[in-house]
Formats: sequence, C-alpha cells, structure tokens
Amino acid sequence: MARKLIFNQDLLEITISRLCKQLIENHNTFGSSVILGLQPRGVIFSKRIAGKMEELTGRPVPAGALDITFYRDDFRRRNNPLKANTTDVPFIIEEKNVILVDDVLFTGRSVRAALDAMSAFGRPKTVELLVLVDRKYVRDLPIEPNYVGRHVITLPSQNVEVQWKEQGYKKDSIWLINKDEEN
Amino acid sequence: MARLSVQHLLGIQNLTLDDIELIFETADNFKEVINRPIKKVPSLRDITIANVFFENSTRTRLSFELAEKRLSADVVNFSSSSSSVKKGETLLDTVNNILAMKVDMIVMRHSSPGAPHFLANHISANIVNAGDGTHEHPTQALLDAFSIREKYKSFRGLKVAIIGDILHSRVALSNIFALKKLGAEVMVCGPNTLLPKYIGSLGVKVGLDVQKALEWCDVANVLRIQLERQQIKYFPSLREYSLYYGITKAMLDKLNKPITIMHPGPINRGVELSSDAADSEHSIILEQVENGVAIRMAILYLLALKKE
Repeated sequence: MARKLIFNQDLLEITISRLCKQLIENHNTFGSSVILGLQPRGVIFSKRIAGKMEELTGRPVPAGALDITFYRDDFRRRNNPLKANTTDVPFIIEEKNVILVDDVLFTGRSVRAALDAMSAFGRPKTVELLVLVDRKYVRDLPIEPNYVGRHVITLPSQNVEVQWKEQGYKKDSIWLINKDEEN
Repeated sequence: MARLSVQHLLGIQNLTLDDIELIFETADNFKEVINRPIKKVPSLRDITIANVFFENSTRTRLSFELAEKRLSADVVNFSSSSSSVKKGETLLDTVNNILAMKVDMIVMRHSSPGAPHFLANHISANIVNAGDGTHEHPTQALLDAFSIREKYKSFRGLKVAIIGDILHSRVALSNIFALKKLGAEVMVCGPNTLLPKYIGSLGVKVGLDVQKALEWCDVANVLRIQLERQQIKYFPSLREYSLYYGITKAMLDKLNKPITIMHPGPINRGVELSSDAADSEHSIILEQVENGVAIRMAILYLLALKKE
C-alpha cells in the first residue's frame, strides 16, 4: 500500500506553534476573536490550537464546535450518510473575528456549508480559515485558506488520512494514501 | 450506519432498536438547532411535503409543520373537511393527485388503522404515519420515549405505566412497542372495559388500580378518554371515571418518591388528570411538546436521505 507520511508528531507540534504565532500577529490578545472548529476532526485540531494559544498568551481563547451536517449540499446524494454531531457555540459571533478551523481543505464544500451554518449564530465582522493540510488544485469552489499548516499537491483519487491521539491512535500522524491501492 | 432500515415511518413495530437510537441521536442535534437564535437549517430545501390530515389535529399537525419549515422544506396542507373527499374521492386517488403535483413526502393522519400501510404499497413517496385510527402513532411514542430518555438517560429497569383508555389509544400501542424495544418495563392501567383482550400478549403488566400503578412506576403516561371513538358506553359517567382513575396532585404527593407525569394531549383537565397535577413539578408535558418538533425533524431528515 502506498502511504506517505505528511506530518509526524514533532512536525505537527512545530506547525501548531507557528500557526498560533501567526494568529497572535493578526488577532493580538483575541479580545474580539473566536475559534470555531468544524466537526468532527477540525474540533480536535481547534482544541489543540486553543490549548497552545492559552500557553502562549496566558489567557483562555474562546473556542467552539460547529457541525455542518444539516448544511451540506450533498447530504441527499451521498451513498454513506454522515452522522450529525454536536454544535457548541458558547459565545456570541456578532461583530467578532471568526477563525474557522479544519484539518484538511479539499473541495471547499465543507467550508461553504460552515459559512452557512455560522450565519445561524449571527453576523461576524470577519471570517478567516485555518487548515492543517491544504490540498492544492482540487477545489470545487473559490475558497482559499488564510493560514496553512502545509500545502500538499494531491490527486482527487488520493486520500488524506488524519489520525489524532484523541481518536485513540498512539501518535498524531497525517498520511497521504492512494485510494486505488488501498484495497 | 447513519440510515434508517425503513423507507416509511408506518409504526414503531417496523423499527429496529438501531433505528430508534439513530432517531434519538439525530433529534439531540435538532433540539440544539431549534434553541438557536435562527432556528432553521437548509437540509430539505429541495423537498416538498404534504400534510394530509383526514382527522382533526392541532398539536401533531402544528408540530409537523414547524419541523418541516425548520428544515426548509416546502409544505402544503390538506384537511379532509375542506376537500374533495367529501365529494366521494378515494384515498388512493386523493394521494395520487397530490403526488402528481411533485410532492416527495406524505405525512398522513387517517381514522382507519392501516391506511398508511395501504398507501405504502401503492406509492413511491415516503410516508410518515401521524396516527392511523386506533393502531399506531409512532412520532408520539418516539417523542415520549425521547423525553423519558432526556430525564432518565437509560431505559434499563425503568418502569412506565400507561394509564387510561388503552382500548382506543394508538399512543398506548406505539408507546408499548417503543418502550419494550428500549428495554423498559411497561404496565397498562385502566377500567377493564377499556383494556383490550390481547393486551397481555404484548408482554406488559395489567393493572386495574391506579394508585397501585402509581406506586409501581417511575413514569406515568396518562391518556385521554377518546369519547369520539366510543360507540357504546364503556363506563357509567366521566365523573365516575374521574373518581376512580383521575390522577390528582394529592395522590402524587402521597407517593413519597419521585414520579414523572406525561400526557400526549389534549388534556381533559379534571377528568384523567387534575389541573394541579398537570401543572405540578412532576409534569413534563410541555417538554414533550418541545421534543416533538425535534423528533419530527429527525424523522423527516432521515427519511429524506438517499435510498440504498
């Protein structure tokens, strides 16, 4: 099976640290900024970001979880329906600078659904997108991230698999997998 | 699997335990949605739903309509009192005419048991049974069980008494099916004339004394006397029924234990339930109504998913 490691534990920690510093550059002390992770894996990643931010700034950063299942444009077309997850937005979004956080940016359809889902909670001042892995040249929609862990050039026939310790894996790791050879 | 095993919601009898749990988990998420400032999601924006009611209803119909609108579905309403049914049209013709206008889902209430099952054999649209005669009322049973789950978390060893007119109640039958599948113990209680002969074969306890039933149970689901379905007299008078089977606050206070009172509505205050009991801290009647919208959203959403 052709698997290529994109991120290992050490690289991941360095990258999270760098992303946090970029965020601090733009958002200072997070006085009017909030982090929103996309369910399910973007939430794990956003909690890591929020944890690191607290470590760096010395104060907690408001972080929530957004589930986009009900906002997807493909939910009735999927062969394997997705299970809905909890949404937890414990703060007011109105006039805030929102940073959407997801693990992998692929077609951009999840992010479109997330923009839609977020509007149910108010009108943010600005919205930015932070992703760990940006799959280049496979976008269906005109959506680009503001903060990127790593750009990866992939084919639509490939998969990016993210394994977090929170999901029960021994180590954090991110893999690029050829779907055809997976079976 | 995040998909129901059925294409229609005809009754609880046809559902598996996995189906019921999937509906509950989905309803948890929709309950969060309907408590947001903007209570609407765009999931069913390409779906049209007809609410076809051949029998009167306030709560169920309103609850379905709100659920449909909060999922962004297009909704048409139909009630038999103002329709061609009065001119002699058959059920199948009426529904086929509605479907010819490109409707994707039918929510139907009908006075004949089995009417939605008959339709399911003849049409391709998804059907949701909103009550068929004295047979089943699956969405009510699901919202009742969902409300119990919210309060007690688990059904293992939980004792539920269904009290009142069991013979004419579709709510009772659906509740029995749902609670048994979920692992609760069920007792039915009412005057002998209002208990169906077959009831023991459903695996439920049968009681005639309401005070004993209250002492036994953790949850009491109190049902209305369905006078509109009673062609003969099953008991001497409503006053006598109320004296023997009416539940009052004093009876609940005497129990010396926590108890939950439920009622599918509409309540006949002073008959099966006194006002002070219906409005007491034991009652979760209005929570049931709130949960009804979330449960119905979950069912419509899950039925709209792509077929296998």
